[in-house]
Amino acid sequence: MAKALVELVEKQFPGVVLEKHAQHGDETIVVDVAFWRDVAMFLRSSPAADMKMLTDLTAVDYPDRDPRFEVVAHFYSLAKGHRLRMKARVGASDGTNAKIASLADIWASANWMEREVWDMFGVVFDGHPDLRRILLYPEFVGHPLRRDYPADRIQPLVEYRAIPGIQKIAPFGADEGMSFGRQTHDARPPADGPDPEVFPEDAN
Amino acid sequence: MEPLDQDLDAAEIELPADPMIVNMGPAHPAMHGTVRTVVELTGETITKADVQVGYLHRGFEKMCERGTWTQVYPYVDRCNYISPMLNNVGFSLACEKMLGITVPERCQWYRMALGELARISDHLTCDGAMAMELGAFTPFLWMIKARDLIWDIMEEETGARLTHSFGRVGGMAAPPTDGFKETAKATVDQVLRVIDEVERLLLGNRIFLDRLEGVGLVSAEDAISLGWTGPCLRASGVPYDVRKAHPYLKYGDVEFEVPVGSTGDCFDRFMVRIEEIKQSARIVQQCCERMADSGPVNVDDPRVVLPSKEEVYKTIEGTIRHFKIVMEGLKIPAGEVYSYTEAGNGELGFYLVSDGSGTPYRVRIRPPCFLVTSGLERVITGQMVADVVPCFGSLNMIGGECDR
Repeated sequence: MAKALVELVEKQFPGVVLEKHAQHGDETIVVDVAFWRDVAMFLRSSPAADMKMLTDLTAVDYPDRDPRFEVVAHFYSLAKGHRLRMKARVGASDGTNAKIASLADIWASANWMEREVWDMFGVVFDGHPDLRRILLYPEFVGHPLRRDYPADRIQPLVEYRAIPGIQKIAPFGADEGMSFGRQTHDARPPADGPDPEVFPEDAN
Repeated sequence: MEPLDQDLDAAEIELPADPMIVNMGPAHPAMHGTVRTVVELTGETITKADVQVGYLHRGFEKMCERGTWTQVYPYVDRCNYISPMLNNVGFSLACEKMLGITVPERCQWYRMALGELARISDHLTCDGAMAMELGAFTPFLWMIKARDLIWDIMEEETGARLTHSFGRVGGMAAPPTDGFKETAKATVDQVLRVIDEVERLLLGNRIFLDRLEGVGLVSAEDAISLGWTGPCLRASGVPYDVRKAHPYLKYGDVEFEVPVGSTGDCFDRFMVRIEEIKQSARIVQQCCERMADSGPVNVDDPRVVLPSKEEVYKTIEGTIRHFKIVMEGLKIPAGEVYSYTEAGNGELGFYLVSDGSGTPYRVRIRPPCFLVTSGLERVITGQMVADVVPCFGSLNMIGGECDR
């Protein structure tokens, strides 16, 4: 069933399928990145493919390869019960120029999954309506699921965000009543009471 | 003291004309789980919503790339922490698909029985919490009591109530205990009695029904496009259940129905879960009847299964085998696989990439909740502020699974 699907894509887009395999029964095609969106559109609209669901979209980082990232999408057809994995390779070996077309306007599920891939791998999805970080915070530096991001790297605490029009009032003083939480280690109060210059609020 | 009921001339009051921005969460008493919903209100109607997740992100996918394949189990446990056994089974099946091995029949029945018990506990928690957030505290306590009975079985079987880490590639950590079948059957009966009581408490309650019926409608097309699976998709009328559509383990051999909703509102999502508890109870009964009392649980494959302690201590081959599997990790042939099972919230997928070594190259957990939560924005836009609570409750967002 899914075998016929691969042939269908090859017939519709000659020369676009760069590789194919069916390891463990999962039909897989690797397509030219320029046709990523076209093939996806075709898979959704063609009655023989009928891929109404984009189940999964993720990426894998191979730092030794060029192009470096493999963007992996899994499609599923509810009516026909078949699946297809589609991959495309993007990005220079230093991690730059990783760009691929967004599928967010074809499947709503692509919206968040593409944001996650951007967040974790730094792959840019062209045409995504709202490409923000999703699991991490805006101040985070780097993309943690890249192989060259050290797993034990610690990022500094984030300062209070200055949002125009919104005045942030800490309810219990600067530390929000949690002296154990948001503390800086560069200025500690001396053992015999707080230093009035460093902690002017505590002195009075 | 001046009177409070002042006569105000409406013309004098300056009403704000701008829409109001309200933050719900990340820690809000009516939202279980840490998720922040920024809503823009016109009056009490939500005109725009922005759902922000990630507060529970612990970098599991990165951590999985640092240990052995077996060391992934504690992480998948902590993904969906109210039905961890289903995640254990899902990950085991993914690894076994790559290795090309099938576990013995007894283990398949055992995995199904434990998995369905976990599903019952998942749905009990979701429906109970949903009722509690709407003010019905009694059903919540009863359902949590019923869930505790299931956790007692889990404790008896695995030694842990919550994070079992009980699955293994090629089997389970231990065979079923002697009293497992009797306890499971008895517990399931007790749970069904609780469900019956809960139904009588809630389904005749006007307040409960009015707050759920017709609220948070999701059409079938929307649900499919959003990638919804599991109870939320079935509530919208799409009968897709991995256990029926692509049977794994012994799901092709047992009898059960797939409950389907008609309108896709919060009430349908509530009822689909209630019905699924009953169906899961049926499956547990059938598993207990058909599971053999003796026989192997683990596959007979020295590449993946640890030798018995007796062998380890008495033979050099056993010692070496044990050492290799523990220190180097079991080797999974190079390649990639996407394996999917029906977890508490829908299709739980594992996309695994192996480079042939004892450490996973990439473990992608496809969390059903992540996509379900991505639809929250669409569900609550146009609803009232108070409807956020049942809508969010009915989606059953599990922070650990959504954020990983």
